[in-house]
Amino acid sequence: MSATAPDAIKLRVEDAQVRFGALHVLGPISFEVEAGECVVLLGPSGCGKSTLLAALAGLQDLASGRVWAGEAGISPGFVFQDPNLMGWATALDNVALPLALAGVVRDEQKERALGALGLVGLAEFALSRPRALSGGMAMRVALARALVNNPAALLLDEPFGAIDELGRRGLNDLVHAAKRDRGVAVLFVTHSVEEAVYMGDTILVLSPRPGTIAARIEVPHVPRDGAFLMSDAFARTVAAARGALAGGAHEIA
Amino acid sequence: MKSLDPAPLIAGLLLLAIWEGLTRALQMPPVVLPPPSAIFAALIARGDVLVPAAGVTLGLALTALGISIVLGTGTALIFARVPLLERGLGPYALVLQATPIVAIAPLVIIWSGIENPRRAILILAIVVAVFPVLTAALAGLKAVNPGLDRLFRLYRATSFQRFMRLELPTAAPFLIAGIKTAAGLSLVGVVVAEFVAGTGATGGLSWRLVEAGNRLETATMFAALFLLAGMGLVLHVCLNALERRFVG
Repeated sequence: MSATAPDAIKLRVEDAQVRFGALHVLGPISFEVEAGECVVLLGPSGCGKSTLLAALAGLQDLASGRVWAGEAGISPGFVFQDPNLMGWATALDNVALPLALAGVVRDEQKERALGALGLVGLAEFALSRPRALSGGMAMRVALARALVNNPAALLLDEPFGAIDELGRRGLNDLVHAAKRDRGVAVLFVTHSVEEAVYMGDTILVLSPRPGTIAARIEVPHVPRDGAFLMSDAFARTVAAARGALAGGAHEIA
Repeated sequence: MKSLDPAPLIAGLLLLAIWEGLTRALQMPPVVLPPPSAIFAALIARGDVLVPAAGVTLGLALTALGISIVLGTGTALIFARVPLLERGLGPYALVLQATPIVAIAPLVIIWSGIENPRRAILILAIVVAVFPVLTAALAGLKAVNPGLDRLFRLYRATSFQRFMRLELPTAAPFLIAGIKTAAGLSLVGVVVAEFVAGTGATGGLSWRLVEAGNRLETATMFAALFLLAGMGLVLHVCLNALERRFVG
């Protein structure tokens, strides 16, 4: 997150604070995410990570400060912990939902939803109902839905926690592809230190409630693949992130 | 479509055979318990009277069911939108639901006019059938998945989009289950109301049942009962098909 042209910033959090009544949940916290960058929020339970994502999506009011994600008129993509698919609709109709709600004509909805399903490797399951899909496939559909309206920002709230290791890696790579190929700004919340290092260009380690940035870890700019997972750089960054989570290091580059 | 399970048919035929065998072996007087063969014969012999009567009863039950669906779903929609109304009126709806229809029947008959038993019968059947629809529709409308609710808010769905694309499909399985219960109850409601009205003016099946009872034509009574049970079964099968179509 070096000095960047303002229009490259696709997600911004400025002195944001959230309170639930007397409970101070989050902040003050400030950071930005550029187009094509992935920032990971890592922190203990209850530190306000998910609350911050909800605020960025317009689903949670702030006590003070300002947040925005994406571009005017286009909701940011959001992948929740659960796929949250409509059980009565096909995968295609689930993916097309953001377009349908935006009033896009039916033919274009179908074409774009099919494209998004193809992107996550599920074009042949377009007419399947969610109950016919595995957990990993359902999450891919949720990811396709989040990307179908070409959002400038993508919010992911511990999305792949319930998926097996291999499926999780595949989903992580799909998010990397969206970031790299479409220039999507990604804000990723996870409990897994390894996933944080694999996904993030920057990891923000949050303090316990009220969550503020306790440490900022820059992950080496190398391709994210199997080799990276086996590298010393990966092991060092994971150790640094663990240390920061335990309350040790602060600025690690 | 899934093929029909033959087990109930086999069990039914077996029971009828046992019934036939026992009534014959014990030389049961037909006025007390006629054998199935006599009931079948009565059904054929009195079919010209019983089948049209069954048609009248079924017509009344279906009309009551249709009105109950519209009334129950409409009220559930209002209750879901105005929780204060549900809190205020809900307990009274429960009181009405818990009151036996036979106890209300004489009043309803007086109010709708002795000369208009059809209207009284319809009202009584609706009183019985509307509550399962109302409670099921209300439960369905409240069963919206919070995650999907957030998704619809994220994409700024209008109230109408939310209703059509989220609330209605969520409520559909509940509503169909409620309608299945209501279908059986509307039939019960019509039959009980016909009994209580104590008139053959509508020409329904329960009047034929009373008539056969008065004449000690037990086989005809059973034939009418079988027709009633058959109607209930057909309704149930139709609604099951509807459920498969919409709920899967």
